[in-house]
Amino acid sequence: MKFVDEYQDSKLARGLARRIAQRSTKTVRLMEFCGGHTHAILRYGIRQLVPQTVEMRSGPGCPVCVTATVDLDRAIALAHLPDVIITTFGDMIRVPGSYSSLQQAKAEGADVRIVYSTIDALDIAKANPGKSIIFIGIGFETTAPTVAASILRARQEKIENFYVLSLNRLTPPVMKALLDSGEVKLDGIVCPGHVSVIIGSHPYEFIPRDYGVACVISGFEPLDILLCINKLVEQIEKGEPKVEIAYSRGVRPEGNRAARQLMKEVFEIGAANWRGIGIVPQSGLKIRGKYQQFDADKAFSVSLKPPKEPKGCRCGDVIRGAVVPVECPLFGQVCTPERPVGPCMVSSEGACAAYYQYRTPENLQGS
Amino acid sequence: MDDSILLAHGSGGKLSHELVEKTFLPFLTNPALNKLDDSAIFEASGRLAFTTDGYVVNPIFFPGGDIGKLAVCGTVNDLAMNGAKPLYLSLSAIIEEGFLLSDLERVVQSIKKAAAEAGVSIIAGDTKVVNRGQADKLFITTAGVGIISPGVDISGANARAGDKVLLSGTIGDHGIAIMSQREGLKFSMTLKSDCAPLNKLVSQMLDVSSRIHCMRDPTRGGLATTLNELARQSRVGIMVEEAKIPVKEEVKAACELLGLDPIYVANEGKLVAIVSPGDASKILARMRRNRYGKDAAIIGEVTREHPGKVAMKTRLGPSRIVDMLSGELLPRIC
Repeated sequence: MKFVDEYQDSKLARGLARRIAQRSTKTVRLMEFCGGHTHAILRYGIRQLVPQTVEMRSGPGCPVCVTATVDLDRAIALAHLPDVIITTFGDMIRVPGSYSSLQQAKAEGADVRIVYSTIDALDIAKANPGKSIIFIGIGFETTAPTVAASILRARQEKIENFYVLSLNRLTPPVMKALLDSGEVKLDGIVCPGHVSVIIGSHPYEFIPRDYGVACVISGFEPLDILLCINKLVEQIEKGEPKVEIAYSRGVRPEGNRAARQLMKEVFEIGAANWRGIGIVPQSGLKIRGKYQQFDADKAFSVSLKPPKEPKGCRCGDVIRGAVVPVECPLFGQVCTPERPVGPCMVSSEGACAAYYQYRTPENLQGS
Repeated sequence: MDDSILLAHGSGGKLSHELVEKTFLPFLTNPALNKLDDSAIFEASGRLAFTTDGYVVNPIFFPGGDIGKLAVCGTVNDLAMNGAKPLYLSLSAIIEEGFLLSDLERVVQSIKKAAAEAGVSIIAGDTKVVNRGQADKLFITTAGVGIISPGVDISGANARAGDKVLLSGTIGDHGIAIMSQREGLKFSMTLKSDCAPLNKLVSQMLDVSSRIHCMRDPTRGGLATTLNELARQSRVGIMVEEAKIPVKEEVKAACELLGLDPIYVANEGKLVAIVSPGDASKILARMRRNRYGKDAAIIGEVTREHPGKVAMKTRLGPSRIVDMLSGELLPRIC
């Protein structure tokens, strides 16, 4: 096993697809929470492999996409402060804010650098003692522990010019918000794989219990996803929704306690503003008072013009799963990966980018 | 201090002459260049191909090559892709003040070696030195002239429905080899860039068939972008099969890790050929006998459907559109 091709075996995939087709009698709507799943589903053509009874909707699991415009505006304003270096994950720099983007700020002279891990941001801080290094902390439970670790390390190594703008988010509370709204009727959720490595399977248990919605945690290879869909269909057909793990090589029911301990040490839970969803209680991570010297929100103040959303953009609806990207009037016409209007077309995990990038020959809309 | 390039090396004075005479000429020697006239004079008759390209690769030394080898192979390959036999190159180097003379010599030796392998002479050249910070170590621009045999008509606009699409070997080697060396992304692997001159491979292909319609080397933007260019230029559709596209395991693994698709990753020693279906198997057989074509494969065909677009049958069976590369290749974040 080299774990490169094994999970893409076409014979096994077809076998699983057949099994799903044989078992599926009811029309079901499944949401893949994670943008990584949306991309894999479209990239490998899984929508065409599963029977028509199975409808897939993408959810809010794209860190860049759910970042509220006002928070983007704040990051851009921070970039324009003197002697500040903004460090961020790649996709973030292209997302349009109300009036600009980090990319635009960079072109105007701001120092904005793409990093691949928080450790790189710390290294930049060490190498530039005269500057303030602000890391834009986006992402879910997957990335939050590494952000927490960077703050602990900065304290340990007495790196005093390192700051984090914490926009990190939690997964189960936003799932609850979506289910509570009742806007999109769901039968099952393809639960995120990497997030679940950290949080385990227990935090999803309220979903089948309180909402009767099936939950299966999935990996990101095509066979993982098909196995997950198979389990979801099975649960729904039997009328026995529960939480299952279809990604046992990565996820244990109890998750990663050490990583959660790191998060708990550095962050406290508070409300967060989600694009398209609004304020969701208990869904965001704020830096605790004892680490406030690293909190960019506390260390810098910027004045912001009122945020404005791009006209006609339906990213908010896409994030909630209320529409599929092709239902947005801008999709593929005004809004393309080259000239994105909203974040879902920018991010490598955005649903619109996936729908655009992996169009089928039969469905050449927007080209 | 005498081992770094100084601004004076670009002054046009003594040091400039010394640089040319000691660092460039001994390696690149040939009658036209040795004269050191303002322009090189050569005889040619027939249809000529002419091309130019700038090289700014970072890092300049990478596993499997360096900026010098790349500057020769890139231009040689651009000529070869139109079926031309490359003859002469010009080479212009823009050097950042402080660049190590020993590194420059290494690059020039590599230029010599690549030119010898490709069978081309560098007959005109120029060097400039700029202030520190105004260039990144070394930029090289080459231009090349080649001659096209009568009867050869290769263009991106010549693909026809039914033609076969051939690929000369594994994709993504160059891009991943470079990325593995980049600051902030360093990972250790044994993979080497595929940087190589393809003109001999092309001439062997032309020896066995006169029905090669298009050729292109999938450099920046990767295979996907090249196929899209050909589909647009020829106003045809192209259908390829993912499972038939050769990809090295290291490249697959690195792409999985970084969230990239190998079809968008750069190559520097591969070509795509679109050929008449009747000649495809004999061209393929000939390609496989050349070291730069040993992993060659027929990866798809030209269709009447979806003109201007490229579709790919995925490993699992369903088909999807393959677009050009959009923006920069950025690794994913979670």
